[in-house]
Amino acid sequence: MARFEPNIVAFVCNWCSYGGADSAGGLKLSYPANVRLVRVMCSGRVDPEHVVKAFREGADGVMVMGCHPGDCHYRNGNHKALRRFRLFERMITQFGIDKRRFELEWVAAGEGKRFQDVTTSMTERVRELGPLEITGNVVEETTHA
Amino acid sequence: MPKVKAAIYWCSSCGGCDESIVDLGERILAIRELVDFVFWPCAMDPKTSDVEALADGELAVSLINGAIRTSEQEEMAKLLRRKSQLVVAFGSCACSGGIPALANLKSRKAIFDRAYLDSPTNVNPEGTVPVPHSLTADGYPMELPVFYDTVYELGDVIEVDYLLPGCPPNGDMVATALTAILEGNLPPKGSILLPDIALCQSCARNETKPDQLTIQEFKRLIHVQADPVQCFLNQGILCMGPATRDGCGTPCIQGNMPCTGCLGPVGSQDQGARMVSALGGIGEAVREEDVATLLDGIPDPAGTFYRYSMSSSFLGSHRKDVKP
Repeated sequence: MARFEPNIVAFVCNWCSYGGADSAGGLKLSYPANVRLVRVMCSGRVDPEHVVKAFREGADGVMVMGCHPGDCHYRNGNHKALRRFRLFERMITQFGIDKRRFELEWVAAGEGKRFQDVTTSMTERVRELGPLEITGNVVEETTHA
Repeated sequence: MPKVKAAIYWCSSCGGCDESIVDLGERILAIRELVDFVFWPCAMDPKTSDVEALADGELAVSLINGAIRTSEQEEMAKLLRRKSQLVVAFGSCACSGGIPALANLKSRKAIFDRAYLDSPTNVNPEGTVPVPHSLTADGYPMELPVFYDTVYELGDVIEVDYLLPGCPPNGDMVATALTAILEGNLPPKGSILLPDIALCQSCARNETKPDQLTIQEFKRLIHVQADPVQCFLNQGILCMGPATRDGCGTPCIQGNMPCTGCLGPVGSQDQGARMVSALGGIGEAVREEDVATLLDGIPDPAGTFYRYSMSSSFLGSHRKDVKP
């Protein structure tokens, strides 16, 4: 059987993480083609609604990447993202969605290697988890915290 | 002018929506001048056959409250749809699942096990659970409605013309909506008969909200004495105002209770995601461990943020583009 190729949507901030992807390109470091980038101005701009919509429209995993804490171009957008998505992770767990399908990562503009590493490990992890199915109800009670 | 015919029906609901129509008080007399309620199980003793006897489209309007959990509710909704010119999803359960749809966080099996087998007050040594087809003790076949896996909103099973959310919609909201319907003074089909602005906008406590709202910890109402004037969020009490539609006149806030979100999402489809977004913006913690401590103050995020809108949320409902 052909290997499962997950769809992964990655929201990347304009100032750091998109630069990180760019620098991965400059260094000729390839990253999985499963990862589709959506460039936004700041990780603080990413509404959890964008993430649920991505899941709903067929993403098997979603990443949000921003500047390292303290480095935000807008001072505290990534702090907002941190609080939002830690709460979001707790919430999707209640819907029976494995929280390993979501990843919040900090990638600086110069960290091409790190960009490659986090996208590769996310792709492998979601590949192992298999396709996401949104059933609308919790088919089996999940206990993973 | 001849009276128009109307129906009021309940599906998976508590009866509060019917109550809110009764709560119109004397105003219902004016409505009775214009409307003949031919089917209202909560207040009268009509039979399904009375509805079946009507011509298609003979009812000017049906107000249907409650979510859809069983096959019987779906059948009745479809019957009333056929007989009605207008169908209004009345109340939060019909609009977006409401309280019954919180059951979507559990499987049907877990619910049956708890309700019929495990509950400490049950005596059920034979492990009897409801099944759609069975025989009575004297051998006659008995049919029960099928209990679906998922709680649906009304719009998932029939076409809904207008929505009036609220748990329940209060008297003023009902009177305004009914007047608009009777006068034919209606917005485009599919509209929610309420303004599309956030509750905070008309909340009297908005003025007490500082420019930079920050929350150190979330407090539960049972642990604190809420200040009657200050913004609830500024007191660290979870209030759904930022993610909830306006139009109720803020009776809960005036009763010194925070908004729980019954009018559903504003400016978006997903109330929970919107609320996560709002809260993330106003917390104060910036380190991982502080964020974890802060969030421990919200023990049940899905149940809190989607208390009334699970069936219309992106994650807590079936994919509507894929028929089960």
